[in-house]
Amino acid sequence: MTTPATFSRYADLPALIGLMEGDEKHNAAAHSTLDVLWVLYDRVLAVSPETAEDPARDRFLLSKGHGPAAFYAVLAAKGFLDVPTLRGWTAFDSPLGHHPDRVLVPGAEIGSGSLGHGLPLGLGTALGLRAQGTRRADGTAPRVVVLVGDGELDEGSNHEAIAAAARLGADNLTVVVIDNASATHGWPGGVGRRFEVEGWETREVGGRDHDALQDAFTRPTTGRPLAVVARVRNGN
Amino acid sequence: MRDTFAAATHEALDRDPRTALVLAAISAGMFRRAAARHPGRVIDLGIREQAMIGVAGGLALTGMRPIVHSYTPFLVERPFEQIKISLGHQDVGAILVSIGASHDTSAEGRTHQAPEDVALLDTLPGWTVHVPGHPDEVRTLMERAVPGDDLVYLRLSTHTNRAALPVGPRLNVLRTGSSRSAGVVVAVGPMLDRVLEATAGLDVTVAHTSTVRPFDHEGLSALAGAAGNADVLIVEPYLKGTSAHEVAEALADRRHRQASLGVSRRAEVRAYGTAADHDRLHGLDVEGIAKSARDFFLV
Repeated sequence: MTTPATFSRYADLPALIGLMEGDEKHNAAAHSTLDVLWVLYDRVLAVSPETAEDPARDRFLLSKGHGPAAFYAVLAAKGFLDVPTLRGWTAFDSPLGHHPDRVLVPGAEIGSGSLGHGLPLGLGTALGLRAQGTRRADGTAPRVVVLVGDGELDEGSNHEAIAAAARLGADNLTVVVIDNASATHGWPGGVGRRFEVEGWETREVGGRDHDALQDAFTRPTTGRPLAVVARVRNGN
Repeated sequence: MRDTFAAATHEALDRDPRTALVLAAISAGMFRRAAARHPGRVIDLGIREQAMIGVAGGLALTGMRPIVHSYTPFLVERPFEQIKISLGHQDVGAILVSIGASHDTSAEGRTHQAPEDVALLDTLPGWTVHVPGHPDEVRTLMERAVPGDDLVYLRLSTHTNRAALPVGPRLNVLRTGSSRSAGVVVAVGPMLDRVLEATAGLDVTVAHTSTVRPFDHEGLSALAGAAGNADVLIVEPYLKGTSAHEVAEALADRRHRQASLGVSRRAEVRAYGTAADHDRLHGLDVEGIAKSARDFFLV
């Protein structure tokens, strides 16, 4: 029997992804973002289907919009999306395409696909929440987490936002870089250096290590934006 | 107009906690007082135009009303994909306010000229485009735009008409031709005074608007229907023919002729000089408009 709870665990994500991509060709491990997404929605972000419209919710912005099956699977596991919706993905009248559209996907904070938009949008979101003094009932301030890929960082728009963020004091902004060494010309000295030199706090962790990811996302920072570099080998 | 815009923005920031001003260095000096009074709501990103539009989109996603300002090419052309994706595709609004128009500071050269701006924005859905011809119009347009959530472009210029005109979605009729008149001339924004002078001796209806998108199809159709001939000449201060398709749509159910004046599309103008020099080159001075009008209306 199928109940909503049936598809709500980490172990269910491969089956959910299978509803979209088919089991035979792909597996969940092929999705470099899967574990980071799960840890964020399961352990870090203060957002749920019930608070999805709350101005004081935490926000997750998937900037690297391609390969979104892992994202849709996590949204389904967490109840933002109905599981049967996954079956129709990429159909004309499906809300789920190869790149997410925030207007169509419940729980998606931005539409993405063209690379390099999420970080400036995330910076603006962080500055907007701060300017309005948005707080939850318990007094905590909402945070903004943007997921980018190391290849995506080739886009110059990211570097405009990286440079501006720390100097504008956006300490409610976190970027998680999925680093699967896919940047065409690499990042000599490491991806984290690009953030560090601009005044960000930087943490590097294995992108499949749930406890290490949780720690990197939740350990207090020193009033600076936070960059978490999550190293992932595709297919590992 | 730039000073009026700055004053109106100061007032908006004082009055409405939803408003935020987003800059990329240009005009930052004009907003020091506001930046001191409203820390966090005056955001100067430095010379980073992609981030300027992206940050505006993010602000709007949190419910704020971003006002974004720079030179025309750096506001509309350089971050054009951000305008498409970080604003339009996110389904959020912003007020974009440019200075420099097509060639206000022509001595700066081609890099600071952007007659393509309105045509470019016209490729995207949902934009309201204002081309004011007087500082007082800028004030009214700002006051109306700030409370909204939509996509608004205000194109400021150092060229002005002698007097302000009503701003709104409808064409203003400045002169009505006879029932045997040669047709209708539509002057956009700062083109009005020179159009009136250039057509003084012609039996034509002269209408004006500072709001080119959405375009007043109904109003133009009615004016063309009342004129002796349904012939329409539109005079715009930016790329020639930018609104030709709107005129065609307005007159789709009438046999008509139409022509457009504006900045030539033919070749890049590698010349400095004054805005008046460039207007003359493109036939946008009084003499050029008068000649084009006589030729078009066959008088």
